[in-house]
Formats: sequence, structure tokens, C-alpha cells
Amino acid sequence: MADDQAAGQTILVVGGGISGLTAAVEAAEVGYKVLLVEKDPHLGGRVAQHYQYFPKLCSPSCGLEINYQRVKNNPLIRVMTLAEVEDIQGTEGNYTVRIRQNPRFVTEKCTGCGDCSRACTVTVPNPFNFGMNEIKAIRASHAMAYPGHYFMDAAYARSAEAQTLVSVCPVGAIDPNMSATTLEEKVGSIVWATGWQPYDAEKIQPYGFGRFANVSTNMRFERLANTYGPTGGTLTRPSDGKEIKNIAFIQCAGSRDHNHLPFCSRVCCLASMKQATYVRSQFPDAKVTIYYIDLRAMDRYEGFQKKVEADPSITWIKSKPARIDEDPVTKDPIVVGENTLTGVRYADPYDMVVLATGMEPNSATTARVPAQAVAYDEYGFVVKGGQVLSTGCTATPLDVAAAVQAGTAVALKAIQSAARRG
Amino acid sequence: MEAKKIGCYICTGCGIGEALNVAALEKVASKEQKIPVTKSHPFLCGTEGIALIRQDMANEGVNALLIAACSHRNKTDEFEFNIPLLDRVDLRDKVLWVLEDGSKDSTAKEDLQMMAADYLRMGSVKLKKMNAPDPFLESGFSKDVLVVGGGVAGLTAAKEVADTGYRAILVEKSDQLGGMVARMHKTTPTLPPYRTLEDNPVQGLIAAVEGHSRIKIYKGAAIHKTQGAPGLFDVTIHAGGTETTERVGSIVLTTGYNLYDPAKLDKKLGYGSSPDVVTSLEFEEMAKAGKIVRKSDGKPAKRVAFSLCAGQRDSNHLEYCSAACCSYSLKHALYLMEQYADASAYILFQELRTPGQMEEFYRRVQEEGGVIIKGDVEKVEKAAAGGLTVQIHDKLVRGKEQLEVDLLVLATGMVSSVDTTDPNNPSPVGQVAEDAARYVLNLQYRQGRSMPELKWGFPDSHFICFPYETRRTGIYAAGPARRPMGIAETITDATGAALKAIQVVESVARGAAVHPRSGDLSYPSFRAEGCTQCKRCTEECPFGAINEDEKGNPLFNPTRCRRCGTCMGACPQKIISFANYSVDMIGSMLKEVEVPAEDEEKPRILLFACVNDAIPALDMVGQNRSKLSPYIRIIPLRCMGSMNLVWVADAMSSGFDGVLLMGCRHGDDYQCHNVRGSSLAETRLSKVSETLDRLQLESDRVKMVEVNIMDADTLPQLINDFAAQIASLAPNPYKEF
Repeated sequence: MADDQAAGQTILVVGGGISGLTAAVEAAEVGYKVLLVEKDPHLGGRVAQHYQYFPKLCSPSCGLEINYQRVKNNPLIRVMTLAEVEDIQGTEGNYTVRIRQNPRFVTEKCTGCGDCSRACTVTVPNPFNFGMNEIKAIRASHAMAYPGHYFMDAAYARSAEAQTLVSVCPVGAIDPNMSATTLEEKVGSIVWATGWQPYDAEKIQPYGFGRFANVSTNMRFERLANTYGPTGGTLTRPSDGKEIKNIAFIQCAGSRDHNHLPFCSRVCCLASMKQATYVRSQFPDAKVTIYYIDLRAMDRYEGFQKKVEADPSITWIKSKPARIDEDPVTKDPIVVGENTLTGVRYADPYDMVVLATGMEPNSATTARVPAQAVAYDEYGFVVKGGQVLSTGCTATPLDVAAAVQAGTAVALKAIQSAARRG
Repeated sequence: MEAKKIGCYICTGCGIGEALNVAALEKVASKEQKIPVTKSHPFLCGTEGIALIRQDMANEGVNALLIAACSHRNKTDEFEFNIPLLDRVDLRDKVLWVLEDGSKDSTAKEDLQMMAADYLRMGSVKLKKMNAPDPFLESGFSKDVLVVGGGVAGLTAAKEVADTGYRAILVEKSDQLGGMVARMHKTTPTLPPYRTLEDNPVQGLIAAVEGHSRIKIYKGAAIHKTQGAPGLFDVTIHAGGTETTERVGSIVLTTGYNLYDPAKLDKKLGYGSSPDVVTSLEFEEMAKAGKIVRKSDGKPAKRVAFSLCAGQRDSNHLEYCSAACCSYSLKHALYLMEQYADASAYILFQELRTPGQMEEFYRRVQEEGGVIIKGDVEKVEKAAAGGLTVQIHDKLVRGKEQLEVDLLVLATGMVSSVDTTDPNNPSPVGQVAEDAARYVLNLQYRQGRSMPELKWGFPDSHFICFPYETRRTGIYAAGPARRPMGIAETITDATGAALKAIQVVESVARGAAVHPRSGDLSYPSFRAEGCTQCKRCTEECPFGAINEDEKGNPLFNPTRCRRCGTCMGACPQKIISFANYSVDMIGSMLKEVEVPAEDEEKPRILLFACVNDAIPALDMVGQNRSKLSPYIRIIPLRCMGSMNLVWVADAMSSGFDGVLLMGCRHGDDYQCHNVRGSSLAETRLSKVSETLDRLQLESDRVKMVEVNIMDADTLPQLINDFAAQIASLAPNPYKEF
């Protein structure tokens, strides 16, 4: 916007995943001030947990690193992690927001040397790996975490050992007595980009997730394939550590289903095709079966589907399986159902079954917008018409490239919005 | 300009002080490298350490900083002094953390010290060779945005640009705005509860654009020429018999799509055999006109079959999916069922693709009685009573079946409207007169007039993380011009492209680069008298930034430049350089390494690492405390594309025993942020054996590998294996010289 008064307005972006991060850097590189608020200790959101992106099968860290450099190099962007927006007052062009800064228990003096983590004797289930392994109670979230400052779990901060770490830190960065603070900020426009969480697979009872050790989910599988995941990237199954050489993916697990998520999450078909390549590249003799309703590889992604379809070790079955049983001896999950195309019933055992669960918008549950006028649809996506702009998977399920397009678009809407005085 | 005064600050925290002889390092900086101010501090990134540096800047006139501490990726906020001359020497992550502890072993201690000293030397000479970039600024920069194509994408882009306070110039080839969507009746739902058709947005958009004071419109117009560069594009527009030249800052390309020619479809679909076989666009137009009827006799068409993927997802036709046709066909079925209470709509699909909330619309059409059949059309015949007999193959339920219908609607796909060229086969500039009709922008670029194609004729970006990245800086394709997409996504995409168009003109106005080196003020300059007109720089620039004069001299366009340095790497005369990055700088750095004499049995291996992926991966190696050979010396490069072969020769003649180059993945799924940098480096390197032969050295002393940012687990072995292999060769005989 040409006039200086508008340029003085700050854009608040809530959520530091790929959509929010994009909105923040794109607006700042036009010349606007941005406050980026993230509830986790690190930026990167859901994509940071992925092993590879489709269709290029490349690491998300590569693009995230460029974006972090853009953040580091741009004085117009202020990042707050472990922070949540609690209240929004005012109108477009003139909002006052209250932000809760949760304690990190480690100050910005931290150099990332890791002495505290090595001294710490307490481990906790690693949330970054969906609890599939343990991690120190004081740490960086993961190897590529940005910001790189360590943090301490709140429960651990109250322990006696946490106090002893104060003297372990050579630069005096540890403060277990830190408490939450709140602050008020004036902003001109607000972008809600709080993203999604994987649909809770335990709710899909017939599939036995939570009861059967070798029934997993697509997001967990991303971590399983990752070098920094619970198995160091070796695809082995939880019950007995056996290599996963016969695997099934069940599409639309809890999606396109009025009992669960009625909508389609857009990416799960492609994600399973991608995960099939993880297995096939790790074990050349592995077999993959994909149970699907419709294969949704839109536009150019069709080329990726063709590429995966060319692999004769991958079998495609048009069917929504009725249930999963478990072999009590081998702990093999057994997928039971009927092939829609042939009418043939099946009951096939696998080393592991991955449920392709969909995206539940966080704005439906843990990240409701604390403002008076917010427009949601019945699923909890934030839609047009309210006080805040929404983008990425907060508005509709998107793949990464489309989320970046949306994040870039919302940056412009936020620039325009900041200039309007309500 | 103020004389450069360097201050060198060595952090002794994080174990650096214990592991290294810092006094000796200070001596390397002050005595050997003649750095005027050299100090150490136990916690340099802390308040006192920063204050120490600031005091020297204020009181001692220090204006160039060499910070010897941790990786440049750490503590960037603390070590931000708002000065252009700053370099970081990484003593912690890339020395201390990757070498064996020297507390008990004197050889290990010596190796640590030697590596640290070498990095300090390299940093010192780098800073000495570094000058503050003088941004490229001209008085003629325009901030106006040219939008090419007046459909929904173009109208949206123009409106968004203008609504943000900038001027837009909209060029449309036909006499009317609105493009393909103007021919449609209604649009699929975008708002909850996602069950109701919405009014076509196009008339509202046209009204907003035509009434906008900051939008200038050319209709019936063609672009005969696009010259220049971001901020300085001069676009020659022909409209109504007159030629106008507009100066614009950036361009949004929104020429939409063409429909696949139905005459090319498989005969079995029956197009052309009866007027009652129509395309989905013809059906739209009929619905828009008001009456859905048989084309053959004008009788009401109440029974209609819709065949999806007509000539799509098919290696004989369009191989890809056009993304929107499933939803459009469901919409067409609803038109029909809304018009006739007793209508029958049969939707024949392969994979029904209604992503996101569009699933709810699919459900609505099913509830309304739309018959959804997974199957194909096998034969179409005219029925005796008028209309058609369509033989289908229902793959789920009924098998082969005959449908008696009034119309068969074929959902044909989207074909790129943008002339695209294979960058390896560029169209030469200034060839034939009909070019104006053939080329949308008619770019006057040495690398061709078209937008580089990605796949299937679409000029989409290769980058998942950066879908607006383009190989023609300042030109952004949006909507179905970039890849097939529906209306809602097109509106979002065009809005994003409008932002990028504004961002590039604002960056140009500051003299700054856009992604991936956003904000970089440096740009290449060249020493014209040294040029041999070999044209390598003009051919290799991944962004087509360099034109040529008639004699083959390069003509740089700094605002097209993305600062990757590929031109610098390409130049055999070493005459292309940046103020803060040059052939001489890197050459001087490697020559500064102290190469031990042959009998010391300490080989030296130079490691060129791409700053985007390989360097962060090496940082992680340090974080993991994985051990690397103490004989390596790392030099980060902006991009492997900037790798000049002379450095390999310099390394060999300076006594290095081996050179390892670590670039990003190239090929179809390239990860190089500058598209071709790592691939060009590999091509150049294939010629290095000549150099080695001339020096009478084994060619396996030089090796290039692809490194991914997440390769920290495999990098140590890769590097150490190479080091072992080099150690197995006889020492480089040039050590003595």
C-alpha cells in the first residue's frame, strides 16, 4: 500500500506452519511488519514432521530452511514461539490482541550446545514422533528446529532435577521458575493459519488403531520413515521389530464419512502413494496394497500416480475395508472386506496397516479464534466473512504447494486489510 | 568510501577456549592476517560480548566483522549489526564438534588447531576481499503491474493489484473480458454448506475492474514485444490498429486454458457423429442460454449422460487430470435436474475427484438422484426416436448396458495457453513476423521468447515449497495458465501472483533480490575488456537474466538476476564478480589454507558445499557430534552453479590432495534452488579431467556428490570414505611449490 500510515500497521499471523510462515515472509518481503505467533517451541508445523514431499520425494527441511533464512534476514518479522492468541478486540485496521507467552524455561541466551540435555536424566514420550519414542525433557524439538533455542517441558520444570540444570548451563540460560506472561499488541489485520491435526484414528473403531500394535497412521508413518524418527528411518513394526515388507494402506480412514470427517482431505491418496515409495525403495522385495474409494491425484499429480502405478509390486483394490482383525500369534493385522470391482471377499494379513487419516482443522478444536465475529463451516474450517482472514488448511484441506499459494494470497489480503480502518 | 577496518572476535565459549589455543588463533588474525582489532570473549553472543563489539564499532572505527564462534545459522539475531561486511567463522559446529577431542591426544589437538587456524585465515581473506554491495538503482523503475489475459485469473490479479494501491494494466486478446468463465452459467459452491450453486462471479469482477481508477484496459490487444527486466519492462501492445509501449515493473500471466480439441477424441465417444454429443462447455452455454435441449431437434433433453475424463488421463490424449471437470460435471447434472423434475443424469467417471468440502456437493448431486457410474462409454449411436443410444461398461454393478439419452456431454480437458519452450531448445529472438501471434509475451530474452515449460506445456514452478518461483524473474503465471485448476483455486492463485508482482517491484525499488536470496543487494558486474564472447554466461544463467549484443558480449539485467552466481562460475575468463562474492575471493580463501609438507602425512581435502542444503546438513553432523576427517576444509558456495573450474585447478596447484563438491540433487526432481546450478556444475566438472591430466594428477581426486539437507546420518561416511580414498593416493606433488 502506497501510504506510510498503512505500512506502519502490523500483520498478525497465527500459526507458523507452511501456510503461516509463507504468509509472514511474503508480506514482510513486500515491506510490511509481521508478528508471527506459534504455539509450539518451533516453526514448521505439520510439514516439518514429514519425511518427504510428493511428487518430488524431497525433504521438507530444504524449503523450510530457505524460509527460516528469510525470517532471520528480515527485521520486519518478529517471531513468538510457545505463544497463543487469547483475545481479539477491535476491528479491521485496528485490533488489540492479547497474547499468552508460555514459559520456555530456557532464555534466548541458549547457544544450543546441548549440555543440559545430556545432563538431564528424565525422558518423556516424544511429541514430535507422536510418542513413538522417548526424548529428554529439555531439548530442541528436532534436529532442524528453528528457533534453535532449547526448551523444557513444563512438568519437568517443576522437578528438583530441573533446578540442578541451572548450573549445568555454561551461559546461564536455564530458568525453571519462568512463568507465563501476557502481552497486548496492536495489529492491523489477522491471518489465522493454525492448520490441522490428524483425525483421531482410535475413533474409527473397526480398524483397531490403539488396540492392534501394527495398525498405524499416515502421519506416524512419516516419522517412522524419517532418519530422526523412532527407528532412525528403518521401517520396522512396533510389535516385534520385523521389517515391514508387506504393507497395506487404507484410504479415507475416517474421511468422506458422515460418522467422522465428511469431507475429503485431498492429500491422503497422494500421501499413501508416496509412502508406498518409502517402503519400495527401502525393501526391493516389499509388497504394497492400497485400498481406496477414488484415487484423487488432481492435475499434474496424475503423473505421480502414473509413476507409482508403474510399480508391479503395488496392488490397488477399490474397496473400503469393513474391519481389521489381528492374528493373535503373529500380531499381523488382517484386512477384511469386499473388492468393489470384483465382488470378491478378502481377509488378507499384512506386516503393517497404515490408516490414511484426514485433516481435522485445529480451528474446530484447540485453536478456535478468540474473536466476536468468526465464520466457520460445519467442520470447523474458518471461512470468509468473519473478522480474521484464514489460509492454508485452516480454510480447506490443501497440499503443500496449494497451501503456499494460499499463504501468499492471504498475505496480500492482509496487507489490504491492515490498511482499512473499521 | 570509508576505509575498511576489520575486527576479529573469537568466542571462547561452548568449549572453544578449552579445546583450542585461542592466543595462537588471535595471533593468526592479528600478526599473520594483520587484522587491526582482534579480541576474544568467553560468551560472545551474550550481552557483554555484543557490547564489546559495539564499543569497538563506535570507538575504534571497526566496520567489518569477523565473528569466530558457531555456525552462521545460529545466533543470527545477536550477531546482527546492520553492516554489510560481516562473516562468520564456525569454530564450534564445524571444528570442535566434528573432530576428535584433543585433550589427551596431541595429534588430535594439533589437527583441531590447524583446522581452526585455517578457517580463521579463510575468513580473514574473505572479509578482506569483500566489498559492500552498491544496490542497483535506476530512476526509471516502474511499480505498475501488467496482467496478460482478462479471464477470472486476470481480472482478479488486476483488481487485487489495484486494491492494494498499485496501477494495473490489463491486456486481453479478445474484445471482451471474462474469458472462459464468462461462458459458464453458474459456479460450484465455495461457501458453507457447500451444496448450492453460486452466481458466476465474472460479471462482478468485470464491473469492478472496468470501474477501477487504477486499472487501464486494452481489449482486442496483442503483445508484440516484451523487453527489459523487472522494474524496467517495456511492453509493446497492439490494439485497435495502434501501437503503445507501456513501462511496467512486473507481469502476471493469466491467459487461462484452451479446451482439448474434441475432434481428436477417440471415435467411440461419438463426437461429431451426432449434434447431440457435446462438450461440457457447449453444455454450459446451453444452460446459460436457459434451455437444455437436444441439439439435433430442439426437444427438451431430460436424459443426459456425462462422460468424465474425455481425452484425459490418457497417454493418447492429455496425460494429466484437469482437476475441475469432476465438480463441473456434477454441476452440469444439477443444472439438468433443476431444470426438469423428471430428469435423468448419468455421470460416468473413472475416479471421482471432489477434494475438500466439494465432497458435500458430490453428496448433494447423489441425493438429487444423479446416477454415478464408474465406467466408460464404449459406443455411441443415433437412436431411432432421436437422441442417442450409448453403450457403457459399468465396472461396478451392471456390466455392459445401453443408455437411451438425449445428450452425451464430454468433459474435455484443459490445454496450456502459454507458449512454452524447452530451455534447451530456445526460440531465437527476432526471427519471423508471425511471432506476435505465436508468443504471448514475445520476450526479448536471449534464452527465448517463451516462458520455460515444466511439463505438458504448463509453465508451472517446479518447487513444492515455492510455487511462485519462476525462471523468468518478475513474471508470474497464475490460474490454469500455470496448471489445470478450478475457479476458486484460480482466484486464490491470482491473488498470490498479484502479491508476488507487487513484491518484486518493491524489491527492485530497494535494489534487492527476490527469492531465494531475498534481500540480497549484490549483483554481478563484469570486466568487459576481458570478455572473449564465449557466451557461456548468457547460455547458462538459469533465469535468462543476461542478453547479448550482436558481437556476443553479455548484457546484464540486474533486476532479472537472482544472485546465484552461475554466470561467475561459467566464465572461463574469471571476469564476472559480485561485490561480496568473486572468483578471486574463493580462490584466495583456498590458497590461504596452510598445506602441510608431504612428509607430515596430513593430506588436505577441499570441500565446496552448497550453502542451501549441504551446509545445514554439515551443521547437523556437528550437532550429532559425528566425526569427520580432520583433513577437510569447507568453503560454502552460494550455489554449486557458481563453482568456477579455476578453483579446482587452484586447489590442485596449491597442494590440496582432493576436492569434494557437495551440491543439490539435479535431474527431473531437482532440488537446486537455482534450478540448474548443481547440474551445470556437474557438466563443468566433467571437463576437469583435462585440467588434472595437464597437471598429471589422477582424475578421482575430484568428485561431486548430491547432498540432501537431511543427509547428516550418511555424510560422515561419505566424506570420510573420500578422505580415505585420497589418503590412499600418493600426495599431490604440487605441495612442494
